[in-house]
Amino acid sequence: MTTLPKNPPKKKLGLVIDLDICVGCHACSVNCKEWNSGGHSAPLTDTDPYGADPTGVWFNRIHSFEVDNPVDGGRTVNFPKSCLHCDDAPCVTVCPTGASYKREEDGIVLVNADHCIGCKLCSWACPYGAREYDEDAGVMKKCTLCIDKIYNPNLPEESRVPACVSTCPVGARSFGDLGNPESDVSLLVASRGGYDLMPEQQCRPTNKYLPPRPKKLGGGKTDIQALTPVADTSAGVIARWVDKFLSA
Amino acid sequence: MKEGISARDQRADTSPFVSDEVKFTTCYMCACRCGIKVHLKDGEVRYIEGNPDHPVNKGVLCAKGSAGIMQQNSPAKLKKPLLRIGERGEGKFKEIEWDEALELAAGWLAEARSDDPGKLAFFTGRDQSQSFTGWWAKQFGTRNFAAHGGFCSVNMAAAGLYSIGGSFWEFGEPDWDLTKYFMMFGVAEDHDSNPIKMGLGRLKTRGEAKFVSINPVRTGYSAIADEWIGLTPGTDGLFVMAIIQELLKAGKIDWDYLKRYTNAAWLVIRAPGEAAHGLFARDKSGVTLIATAAGKLMPVSDRKADPVLVGEYVLSSGQKVVPAFQLMAERYLSDAYTPENVAERVGISAATIRRIAAELAHAAFEEEITLDIPWTDWAGRPQKKMIGRPVSMHAMRGISAHSNGFHTCRAIHLLQMLLGTIDVPGGFRHKPPFPKPCPPGPTPAGQETLANTPLDGMPLGFPKSPKDLLVDAEGNPKRIDKAYSWEFPLAAHGLMHTVIRNAWAGDPQEIDVLFMYMANMGWNSSMNVPDTVRYLTDKKPDGSYRIPKIIYSDAYHSETVAYADLVLPDTTYLERWDCISLLDRPISSAHAAGDSIRQPVLAPDRDVRPFQDVMLDLGVRLKLPGFVDETGGALYPGGYSDYMVNHERSPGIGPLAGWRGEDGTGQGRGAVNPDQLQRYIDNGCFWEKRFSPEQSYYKFANKSYLEEAVHMGWLATPAPVVMEIYSETLQKFRLAAHGFGDIQPPDHLRARVASFFDPLPLWYPPFADGATDIEDYPLHAVTQRPMHMYHSWGSQNAWLRQITARNPLFIHAETARAKGIEDDDWLWISSAHGRVKAQAKLMTGVNRHTVWTWNAIGKRKGAWGLKEEAPEAMKGFLLNQIIPELLPAREDGYRYSNSDPVTGQAAWYDLRVKIEKCSAAECGETYPLAAAQEQVPGTLAPAEISTYGASLKGSPSGEGQVPHKEWIGNREEIAGQGGGVAPGHGNQLTRNEKEDLT
Repeated sequence: MTTLPKNPPKKKLGLVIDLDICVGCHACSVNCKEWNSGGHSAPLTDTDPYGADPTGVWFNRIHSFEVDNPVDGGRTVNFPKSCLHCDDAPCVTVCPTGASYKREEDGIVLVNADHCIGCKLCSWACPYGAREYDEDAGVMKKCTLCIDKIYNPNLPEESRVPACVSTCPVGARSFGDLGNPESDVSLLVASRGGYDLMPEQQCRPTNKYLPPRPKKLGGGKTDIQALTPVADTSAGVIARWVDKFLSA
Repeated sequence: MKEGISARDQRADTSPFVSDEVKFTTCYMCACRCGIKVHLKDGEVRYIEGNPDHPVNKGVLCAKGSAGIMQQNSPAKLKKPLLRIGERGEGKFKEIEWDEALELAAGWLAEARSDDPGKLAFFTGRDQSQSFTGWWAKQFGTRNFAAHGGFCSVNMAAAGLYSIGGSFWEFGEPDWDLTKYFMMFGVAEDHDSNPIKMGLGRLKTRGEAKFVSINPVRTGYSAIADEWIGLTPGTDGLFVMAIIQELLKAGKIDWDYLKRYTNAAWLVIRAPGEAAHGLFARDKSGVTLIATAAGKLMPVSDRKADPVLVGEYVLSSGQKVVPAFQLMAERYLSDAYTPENVAERVGISAATIRRIAAELAHAAFEEEITLDIPWTDWAGRPQKKMIGRPVSMHAMRGISAHSNGFHTCRAIHLLQMLLGTIDVPGGFRHKPPFPKPCPPGPTPAGQETLANTPLDGMPLGFPKSPKDLLVDAEGNPKRIDKAYSWEFPLAAHGLMHTVIRNAWAGDPQEIDVLFMYMANMGWNSSMNVPDTVRYLTDKKPDGSYRIPKIIYSDAYHSETVAYADLVLPDTTYLERWDCISLLDRPISSAHAAGDSIRQPVLAPDRDVRPFQDVMLDLGVRLKLPGFVDETGGALYPGGYSDYMVNHERSPGIGPLAGWRGEDGTGQGRGAVNPDQLQRYIDNGCFWEKRFSPEQSYYKFANKSYLEEAVHMGWLATPAPVVMEIYSETLQKFRLAAHGFGDIQPPDHLRARVASFFDPLPLWYPPFADGATDIEDYPLHAVTQRPMHMYHSWGSQNAWLRQITARNPLFIHAETARAKGIEDDDWLWISSAHGRVKAQAKLMTGVNRHTVWTWNAIGKRKGAWGLKEEAPEAMKGFLLNQIIPELLPAREDGYRYSNSDPVTGQAAWYDLRVKIEKCSAAECGETYPLAAAQEQVPGTLAPAEISTYGASLKGSPSGEGQVPHKEWIGNREEIAGQGGGVAPGHGNQLTRNEKEDLT
């Protein structure tokens, strides 16, 4: 089985996803699909794309569901999910060939397609279901954190971030070094109470989720007074206005 | 952990070549018109991303835009002009050459034009070049022209333009940065989708504002609202009027704003039964009057006049007059609009309505904003500050798709005016060329149509009084869609949804040629699909089709293609020139005026032509004035790009506002600049002119802005735009219905016009509620498009259909379980008109009396390049199948279109249904299932597998890697809250921050 880096990565690149503002529009999923179709793991094969059961390889998928809560009326949650680039990545340690690996320099978990035998052990091991098997190619694929984009001098600076991040219309996605407590993404996580997905799995994921903010049920303020009618009847209201204008 | 295998190769290539070339253009995957960068490699699209410098999307791109690659590679693309060889609807065609196709089309069109140009009905769907296509129709001489606005949101546009001089749509926007209370009515992922998403993200991250969503369904934007108000469809107007009553009773309204900027103080004649009843009192020179506290009546033009808003006064004629405000207040203070009296119907408690009203008042008046920006009002009076009431609103579909939508939207605008929140800091802001006078611009042309003669104006416009209607001496409609008739007087965008039925019925006229573009009228863009198909295919006793000739232009093999006699294949959006013009629907923001272009980034690999080039070619073949010179030579031989640069609508004003004049320094006005397109391309395919801070708010009364607007050609004079709480224009139509004036409705329409041309917003139940036995059909049924397919052709897209390829009927869990319905059960959904079959999906974030589904997922078998067994055909469904296009018959048998009676807006969401479980034998596939549409010649079988991109993987560039850059979504707003995050945008830090770092 494959080892994690001997020296645990100091730099831990990852995503911070703000569940307070994700509207579930799928922009991140499709832009990811688009970049990566011609990227490091190209292609992201689609089978039966125009038929009865179109299915393909996607590195990032959106799950939308409802949470019932009698206190605040419940909410609809849109939950984007991709590889969380775990510190203790079971998908790496389970790999029998060394194809699945964690980069020492930035913590990104990648698959080397040349060495992948398509045994799918990694997808069984991943508690998040973040691995994507390409039936046609016979190899496992996954989020690369746009490894071929984030460091690429052939792209302008503003494009050098994961595709899902720069394309997100609401700005729900941030990217940076979560190993550095002083980085802006770490400060953001700290200020918003960002959390690990399924910490009980002990994978120590790098990606963080920001919880929805409490709903402002009272106009953002708790002390808004009910409106007071200036008179009891409609005619009385208008009479008060007549006074107001004519005495002005 | 045990030692194991080391990774054998950790050298992922971090710096591959990405593309050979990057070209800028404008997206067309929906109506947003975002700027995009298209990365090209080996002649194929490697990647499409948002243009970070573009004013609309600032670098973001939605799911549709990101799926543009699959639109470009769709197997449904048409390849060559097609001539029908089978029966209509079968889809049997032969390929023909362009010259033959254009000669044929020109022949049909010339024949119509030499008889009566009105025998051409030209309707252009989701066209983004309406200033061009409208002009083509004008030069041809037909009044029967419109795009798809009549079944999209014309009542919202008209309500705004007849009330505040602008409208929601993408023509205005909330002040995302300053608003403290944002109310969103409906908006099923609607126009301006990326700007709204960007704005919501910023607003919520800023953390100061409350976001209230009023929508029967809690999905999408509503999912992130602070408060979701899941009211009953079609009752938004009542909800708003109850809020208005609460505000009026408490006196929580902006008296000064109403006096200065609206017609609230104008005196209205109260003389029931007289010709002047309900009109404004005017002095001898025609200027409207106001009353002062001393009881003196003065013209509004008197700058010393300080008006009162209440009281009754007497004119020298003896007629009584009252300020418009008082009429308004009398109406909404009525018991009909108490929160208690509307609560049951709206489905929201009176306490909640009262609380929302109190919150609005608090935000508007206790959280006032003051910007230290001096400005000068229209009269030259200097103002030291800009005062803002930080309440903003946005509304769109939902309200637009109800027969009471015009008045509901006007009610929202009234609420905005009462709170003083229009075009002020923190409020709703106009985007240029708006605001315009209420109502704006020219009236509709086409009173007369003459053989081989252009119209005397553009076919679409804004009626100001009954004389502007297009009706004959008996008051019958002149247009094929009955727009601008007494049935739909303010149909400012036409009624495309009525054209096929009316053309079939010869009501009000027979036509020769139905020419449509880019609207799927044979399927998901029509109500009552089964009968629509019958209208398209029905024959006269002599065996000829009742709609004699149908020309259709589309880029894809849609359902409508099968019903055309002649198909003119269009290009994709990546293969064409286009202009997003200030003459039409520009890309302006509240901060800046802007327009943009599309440039071809790929050459077509098929024998297709851009629609606008085809229209120019036809214009030449028909020798239309404006298209040919005296010798018959083409005036725009270079096609649409030639027109974009060289056409002038009036001297110095053309389709594109940027880089005009010979030296390219002109903005808005200036001579033709042959280098103009290159200047656009060099700038990322858009032009923007930012306003000064002084011009940014109060545009309707802001001297500096108004003068700029005149210079740019948006306004004729720098006069203020006075907003209308009371619409005298509407009252003029009502007076006609009451028997006054030269032009009156026919008797059978008097009551209708008198009811719905109320000068103040009113609420009435959606028509279907009165036309249907509500006991039998207890549920409201509405639709929305998924965010990843909104306003797009995307549902055949290989990537997007992996997200949504079938549509269930969503039902509140309690409503469903009361009928024993569980997830995935097959259901009959029945309206009084018909029935359709679908599977159930239970949820709780939906109004209990409402069911809904994703629209336009269902496809006809064989269409759109999909295999016949595609779930879109077998399991997806269209609610349209059971939406009647006509209301039930009146007593005399006449049937109105199922539309808003003021504007003709299609009332999609008025539908009432019942649901019941299918029998076991009925489960498994949808109903109705149409016979498969034949493939057009040259269609290849859809791919079994797609490995797109395999050949596009970049080869190593040999470059080293550069350090990673952090990206913080909403960086500016997060930085503003402390916590040490650096300010800037995305991964761009502000200049100061950069200096700190270096």
